[in-house]
Amino acid sequence: MARIIAAVCSSHVPAIGAALDNGKTEEPYWKRVFSGFEPSKKWMEKARPDVCIIVYNDHASAFSMDIVPTFALGCAAEFPPADEGWGPRPVPVVKGHPELAAHIAQSVILDEFDLTIVNKMEVDHGLTVPMNLLFGQPKEWPCPVIPLAVNVVLFPPPTAKRCFDLGKAIRKAVESYPEDLNVVIFGTGGMSHQISGPRAGLINSKFDKAFLDNLVVKPKKLTRISHVEFMREAGAEGIEMVMWLIARGALDESVTEAYRFYTVPASNTAVGHIIMENPKKPGGKKKPVLERPVKTNAAAKGDAKKTPAKKAAARKSPAKKVSLPAAAE
Amino acid sequence: MKQSKKAKVAEKEYMDIPGTTVFDQEQSRKGYGINMFCMSLMKDENRKAFRADEAAYLKAFKLTPQQTEAVLKRQWNRMLELGGNIYFTAKLGATDSLSFQQVAAIMTGSTQEQYAAMMLAGGRPVDGNRSKSEWKK
Ligand SMILES: [Fe+2]
Repeated sequence: MARIIAAVCSSHVPAIGAALDNGKTEEPYWKRVFSGFEPSKKWMEKARPDVCIIVYNDHASAFSMDIVPTFALGCAAEFPPADEGWGPRPVPVVKGHPELAAHIAQSVILDEFDLTIVNKMEVDHGLTVPMNLLFGQPKEWPCPVIPLAVNVVLFPPPTAKRCFDLGKAIRKAVESYPEDLNVVIFGTGGMSHQISGPRAGLINSKFDKAFLDNLVVKPKKLTRISHVEFMREAGAEGIEMVMWLIARGALDESVTEAYRFYTVPASNTAVGHIIMENPKKPGGKKKPVLERPVKTNAAAKGDAKKTPAKKAAARKSPAKKVSLPAAAE
Repeated sequence: MKQSKKAKVAEKEYMDIPGTTVFDQEQSRKGYGINMFCMSLMKDENRKAFRADEAAYLKAFKLTPQQTEAVLKRQWNRMLELGGNIYFTAKLGATDSLSFQQVAAIMTGSTQEQYAAMMLAGGRPVDGNRSKSEWKK
């Protein structure tokens, strides 16, 4: 069985990508930002997920004003970096996980969330900047990624509650996938910022810090924040934070906060970041993460043919079915 | 703006946020031409063609005379008022080698230095910037 082991939430400021691409990470201004993600990179090295689901928004890169899907799931085998006006970012092509993506699409749609399926998509800084922050700048990304693009550009985006509920449906989908996979879900964007109009530059650290606190212990409270409140309090573009609730919805009600970081500013934006772990479940992967052999996509496909019971036996973990607590209510 | 029904006014509570044009479907319909023009600037050959003759390049998109003027004169706030969206107009900024922060500084009427200093000092505070009524004072 696949499982969601943790949620990683992080801002996805384009200027962070530009600082990386132009070798500015050692400048004091940027060092303040990047040093906050050093522990996160170490955490990620240890966690070594088999797949990441990355919830982000497209910034007029893959989707123009012709078609604006509210939730679009990337089901392709790969996603090249988009040219956002400066040339494509010099980052590796993002490899997808079409099998798990197809499974999630089917499960979530039958669960009454009407996703849009995307078989061809370029990905922008919204997706690639958080990947850099958590994985550094490798030649190849260490694991496949399923992008979930959420419309937050054309008003109205999906509500905070809808996002939280979608997270729960995604979790259900992941847990009904037979292959033994550890999945990390990312929520990206935010925190408070406004980049448009005479009110640009708005930052609300008080709002952001309360959001971080509640995200861990009282996420349901956050699902009651209206769009107007997000925009008024956290800036017109601060509404991106609804995407963090998808990631949070995919976790248990009670989670462990593994790490948190907050700094103002990066360019126009308050940078927020948090890692929350799901409680470890019996029947999960038994070997310590660092000793696991690197799983390639090809090997993963082979595994999928085994039945869950056979696989569990192979892992020497209890073959009996473990009942899991219901998804966070 | 036509606001015939009371319900519509209530729905658009977000219009009370000062210094902000919320990009809703009404704006999106108005600004389709501007936004699709900006989208075309994602290709290097198009950026070159636009730089070579801006007015001629714009003719391929159905902009109103006001929208054309706003683009040619780089009136960033006016582009948003006329239906442009910041993520699209930012591509025009990139074509001009302007970052998001540089475009933002222009929209707030400050110099790059002033704007960068405001951000470093913690940004624009939310107090006094929540409602249009606060900006009238
Ligand atoms: Fe964004």
